[in-house]
Amino acid sequence: MSDAPELPNTDGTDTPIGADESAPVTLKRRDALRVLAAAATLPVLDGLAAGEAEAQGTTPRPAAPAAAPATQAPTGVTPGPRGTLADPDLLYPRTNWPRRLTTAEMVTITALCDVIIPADEKSPAASAVGAPSYVNEHVSAPYDGNQRDLVRVRGGIAWINLESRKRFSRDFARLTAAQKTAICDDICHLPNAKPEFRAAARFFDLVRDLTATAFYTTDAGMKDIGYVGNVAMPKFDPPPPAVLRQLGLE
Amino acid sequence: MIVAHPSLPGVRRVFLSNPKAQTEYDVIVVGSGAGGGMAAYQLAVAGLKVLVLEAGRNYDPVRETPMFKLPREAPLRGAGYREKPFGFYDATVDGGWEVPGEPYTNAPGTDFRWWRARMLGGRTNHWGRISLRMGEYDFKPKTRDGLGADWPLTYQDLAPYYDRTEMLIGVYGGDDDLENTPRSSPGVLQPAPAPRAVELLAKKACGPLKIPVIPAHLAIMTKRQDANTLPKRIHPDNPLAQRVLAQSMRERQACFWATPCGNGCSIKANFQSTTVLLPPALATGNVDIVPDAMVREVTVDRTGKATGVSYIDKRTRTDRHVKARVVVLAASAAETARILLNSKSEQAPNGVSNSSGLVGKYLMDTVGAGLGGQIPILENLPPHNTDGASGMHMYMPWWLYQEQLAGKLGFARGYHIEFGGGRSMPGNGTFSGLETYTQGAYGKRLKEEARRYYGSFMWFDGRGEMIPNEDSYCDIDPDTVDQWGIPVLRFHWKWSEHETRQAAHMQKTFAEIIEAMGGKLTGRVETDGSRAIARGGQIIHEVGTCRMGDDPRTSVVNQYGQSWDVKNLFITDGATFVSNADKNPTLSILALAWRSCDHLLDELQKRNIG
Ligand SMILES: Cc1cc2nc3c(=O)[nH]c(=O)nc-3n(C[C@H](O)[C@H](O)[C@H](O)COP(=O)(O)OP(=O)(O)OC[C@H]3O[C@@H](n4cnc5c(N)ncnc54)[C@H](O)[C@@H]3O)c2cc1C
Ligand code: SF4
Repeated sequence: MSDAPELPNTDGTDTPIGADESAPVTLKRRDALRVLAAAATLPVLDGLAAGEAEAQGTTPRPAAPAAAPATQAPTGVTPGPRGTLADPDLLYPRTNWPRRLTTAEMVTITALCDVIIPADEKSPAASAVGAPSYVNEHVSAPYDGNQRDLVRVRGGIAWINLESRKRFSRDFARLTAAQKTAICDDICHLPNAKPEFRAAARFFDLVRDLTATAFYTTDAGMKDIGYVGNVAMPKFDPPPPAVLRQLGLE
Repeated sequence: MIVAHPSLPGVRRVFLSNPKAQTEYDVIVVGSGAGGGMAAYQLAVAGLKVLVLEAGRNYDPVRETPMFKLPREAPLRGAGYREKPFGFYDATVDGGWEVPGEPYTNAPGTDFRWWRARMLGGRTNHWGRISLRMGEYDFKPKTRDGLGADWPLTYQDLAPYYDRTEMLIGVYGGDDDLENTPRSSPGVLQPAPAPRAVELLAKKACGPLKIPVIPAHLAIMTKRQDANTLPKRIHPDNPLAQRVLAQSMRERQACFWATPCGNGCSIKANFQSTTVLLPPALATGNVDIVPDAMVREVTVDRTGKATGVSYIDKRTRTDRHVKARVVVLAASAAETARILLNSKSEQAPNGVSNSSGLVGKYLMDTVGAGLGGQIPILENLPPHNTDGASGMHMYMPWWLYQEQLAGKLGFARGYHIEFGGGRSMPGNGTFSGLETYTQGAYGKRLKEEARRYYGSFMWFDGRGEMIPNEDSYCDIDPDTVDQWGIPVLRFHWKWSEHETRQAAHMQKTFAEIIEAMGGKLTGRVETDGSRAIARGGQIIHEVGTCRMGDDPRTSVVNQYGQSWDVKNLFITDGATFVSNADKNPTLSILALAWRSCDHLLDELQKRNIG
């Protein structure tokens, strides 16, 4: 709430995601990596498995070299992040908290992500750009809000598989498209959901929001909706005529 | 031992690694943000030996700024979390609403929030860059409506410093000349950027509402500064200043219309103390900076003269003392009050420079309230680049001065409107909440709805003047110290009806604008302003606590920020503010700091101090 437009919260509530005191555990390991990297000047890969990073559209990067050689600057005044939660390395970010969802749970989430954002003529399906692993990243994060979401997502996965077996005798991921739709139509809109589907509708909406965040922040997603910025330009042009025309501003 | 710092080739960047090597300086500057950076620069180019003590870590925007990094490369797609409330990439180090190991407290019934940053350059690394001048009315509010207090100077006194500050840091804007919204002298401002589609749309809607929509003023360079002529115009008789400033200007690029300013700017196109003030200050060879130095007290001798400051070297957790002829406090408004209140001695049992008892009093923030809208006409707009200078290109200055003076509004002071929206970079949550708009779309329909709704939302934020009151102040909490053993601040806060009614008026206005654009409100319009108004401190424009004045009994410093009690003690941050006009404070902090430095130099020359 300052001059900068406010950043939306992950969970769509007003409460900022609170931090968990246990988080620094992973950072200790990371400091060790940094020292190592400095000593050997060897690239050290990010905490994500390389394959997963690729799926997310994230290129694994070498760890940051530990700033300047010791001969040039006195200890402690060398600029550079210390790698704490309040001072993370912004150029070489890492999300190396352990992932919480099991392989089986990920199968369900992947199926659900693709029901929410399937491929069409303009862009690929959510799973093709790593949305399921983003859902896992989100619910595994060591912050209060994320931990609440983990419960909701886990519970939702269990529910949707039970419901699938009840109606169609198979897990959700193995249903036909029409069968998946039959279930999702009951839970896709909270205000319209029957009382017995309300908890499931909250789960569905959370996964929809997470899938949309994951998808539309990738190159494919940004291209789909026509975001064309983040490129350096020599000058900033006024809106093109087609835009002015649509807005009645000619 | 003074060690040359390698981070900026061409700039001799020195840091003092062992302050014992040099025990006395002409001036100690506490803090390196807007007020401290300006003081260090002005005093260094004037030839004084300056020691800057900064509580935060060293920070180098050239190397550390995540330019062009995308949300998907960050944890949680760049979302904010407790230690980084404004997002992962936001250029705030060890700060936000909390600083690790350095708490503050609230008196019962108060919910004040205090945003800090512990880094070289302070909050200037991530501020919004909105740079509005206070106008003539703003310096004499009491004369105009009988409330609050007048400043001991006029707009005309500060106008030349505004001009020079704008030329120095680079500010874009227009040359509109509206009531109490002054224009800069010719050739001072940089060209305003072309308005975006949403800005033109709002301007059209505001026409019939008689709300002016004019180019915003932001400390961002839309073209490179003329390093051959500007330094001479800014520092007419000072070859050293001209040389270091010209060099600094040559290192700055113009904005390239991408990347969020709040993350910092490695090409130095916007104003940060760390890219604009500290490099030329260091280039004089007259400045040493000690980061990780947490000042706790100003020391005074038996005659009441300041002798220096005591600080904690955070790296070794040891207490140190440095001496100087003059002490300048610029640790930010509330922290400066904290240092003074904690500087207790026999002569000053209530803290140094506090014979008036007013240190900590008349703390102010800006009134804030917002509202958003979904604008159908913006749906499915042809793709085009709207990044621009990341901040706003247009804004609405306060326009109802006459109605207000005639008592028609029910609140005494005005606000301006900051707004934006449209097709900005998708981040965490950009497409959350589609359920509501689409009756639960998923599948291919969700993709179509996302294409349709993307870029169709706009937000409006009011930024209004708060009148200082007796119930809003900070003092020392007797029960709590921070991890350095320094007693912490306790805040007390109350809005008056002038502020809450103003907040309600803001929301009503935003609803009118959104509806005039054919939009639908995304939030509720509160008729009870106390439900719409942001919390104290939340707009991060906290000023006051050591107000200036003409009378030592009713003010802490004179119009030059010079302490009435301790003549060689100056304050160059927002603590000296007498009122808090709706104009965001930082440009005024910078201009006032410059003016204070001119007086400080004058006083040294006349041997009145030091
Ligand atoms: C997100 C955001 C957006 C903003 N947008 C705008 C805007 O658009 N326009 C505007 O005018 N203002 C804006 N502001 C406010 C602006 O940042 C402040 O007004 C300005 O930075 C104040 O300058 P300062 O020098 O008083 O304090 P700071 O910039 O905070 O600098 C103070 C420095 O002193 C150091 N310090 C503190 N205590 C001690 C100590 N005990 N010893 C040694 N050093 C100490 C701090 O670490 C810090 O580096 C914004 C702020 C934020 C956070
Ligand atoms: S928008 Fe311009 S001024 Fe702001 S960070 Fe990007 S390049 Fe720098």
